Amino acid sequence: MIGVQRPGIVVVGASLAGLRGAEALRDGGYDGPLTIVGDEPHRPYDRPPLSKHVLAGELAPEATELPQLRSLRARWRLGQPAVALDRERRVVRLADGATLPYETLLIATGARARTWPGEGADLAGIFTIRTVEDARSLRNALAQRPGRVLVVGAGLIGCEAASCCRDLGLDVTLVDPNPTPLARLLGTVIGGTLAGRMRDAGVDIRMNTKIHSFSGEKGGVRRAHLPGGATIATDLVIVALGATRETGWLAAAGLRADAGGLTCDAACRAMTLAGELDPAIYAAGDVARWPNPLTGNRPMTVEHWGNAVDQARHAAANMLARPSEQPPYGHLPAFWSSQFGLNIKLVGLTEGADALAVVQGARASQRFLAVYGRAGRSVAAVSFDQARWLPAYAEAVAAGSAFPPILGATDQPRIEWLEPGFPVPRRSTDQAAPTLEAAHG
Amino acid sequence: MRVVVDLNRCQGYAQCCYAAPEHFEVRGHEILFYDPAPPEAKREQIERAQQACPVRAIEVESAGLTEEAEL
Repeated sequence: MIGVQRPGIVVVGASLAGLRGAEALRDGGYDGPLTIVGDEPHRPYDRPPLSKHVLAGELAPEATELPQLRSLRARWRLGQPAVALDRERRVVRLADGATLPYETLLIATGARARTWPGEGADLAGIFTIRTVEDARSLRNALAQRPGRVLVVGAGLIGCEAASCCRDLGLDVTLVDPNPTPLARLLGTVIGGTLAGRMRDAGVDIRMNTKIHSFSGEKGGVRRAHLPGGATIATDLVIVALGATRETGWLAAAGLRADAGGLTCDAACRAMTLAGELDPAIYAAGDVARWPNPLTGNRPMTVEHWGNAVDQARHAAANMLARPSEQPPYGHLPAFWSSQFGLNIKLVGLTEGADALAVVQGARASQRFLAVYGRAGRSVAAVSFDQARWLPAYAEAVAAGSAFPPILGATDQPRIEWLEPGFPVPRRSTDQAAPTLEAAHG
Repeated sequence: MRVVVDLNRCQGYAQCCYAAPEHFEVRGHEILFYDPAPPEAKREQIERAQQACPVRAIEVESAGLTEEAEL
């Protein structure tokens, strides 16, 4: 290797986690070669505005490029997806056939939008929202003022898209198999409050409804077919069915990777099929499935903005540390979403909650903070336009305080006690761990 | 130049809106809408907004980054 530069660190994934991870490597004093691989031809960009201001036409898609917070002195390999990993030879193979040797690897390949899995997927006028190009195409189509928009899936992305379409004055139908929007994330009580807001905004909400297939005319989508034979007329469909982790390129790598994520230990080190750690490979962001000490060490993936930043920085610090000095990554999941004029924020994990208390404000005013309890402990808190109360509740949730954690505060005239109303959990098919659905935020 | 706001941190104190009113705006009770790509000529104003934020939620592209090689 005389005269040849050592391989150094390769970061696979050039989105938020890849960028913040690369910066943290340099901040941590890493001075060697650094290569960043991205499947999209763009510099790292911010996804949360895509389903909000970009669809609304308020921001140009290219305005979402992320700020680089320091000089990276990196080699960028953009527009080149990684297609394979050979751990024995320590090389990443790219789509163009090039091979990139590494000493240490950070996997931050994220996730991809689930596309329509049924009949009619090839019709024009069916969109997803994940990449900046997705958002650009959808924005252009919305600017043509389609008569009837159908949003499939009332998770965060679907709800935000429906909100944008109403702001644009378009007719919107929102379909979801659950009883309310955001039912799996927030339960049907809080989801019901949001549903009321959506109806007031003129959204045609069809809950407890599944789409069977799409059909069209002249290659463009015109109808959604329900299982019973009923149809919904539409000119444009937004499919918002969540995301699958981008792990296909790891299929032959001998790592514990599937559509639900790449399994890591608490220190973000990748795990092999044999259940050992590969000391040269770390993962962060949407793709990483790790035992989170803040939620009882249950393996999870968290597809939220804050996790991409925090986990990438944590993994980068561990990459530069001695094996015995790599602390576990504890993370309290959090997201925000703006829709229908509301700022909705969540901290913690609502999964398995058996109690709900509206502790600040009131649901009737659509300005409140509610805490989720599980077996007498506070596990999550959601705020509707009450963000300033949230940090105190986040601390209580992180500490596992009794439910509810705060009593007698000035704005607590009457606490409303409820059951959160979570739908029966889906049977897990392609993943062994819970996934916090893509928020882009 | 590029700007991003950590909207998990943001509490809607709106101090950025006073410092750089053309680039930060609060909508409704507490939704922050901001310009992620203000002109470089506005850097002083944007950095004032960053310094005004009581929860330190605003991140700004570091000044004078040289264009790095794309190999």
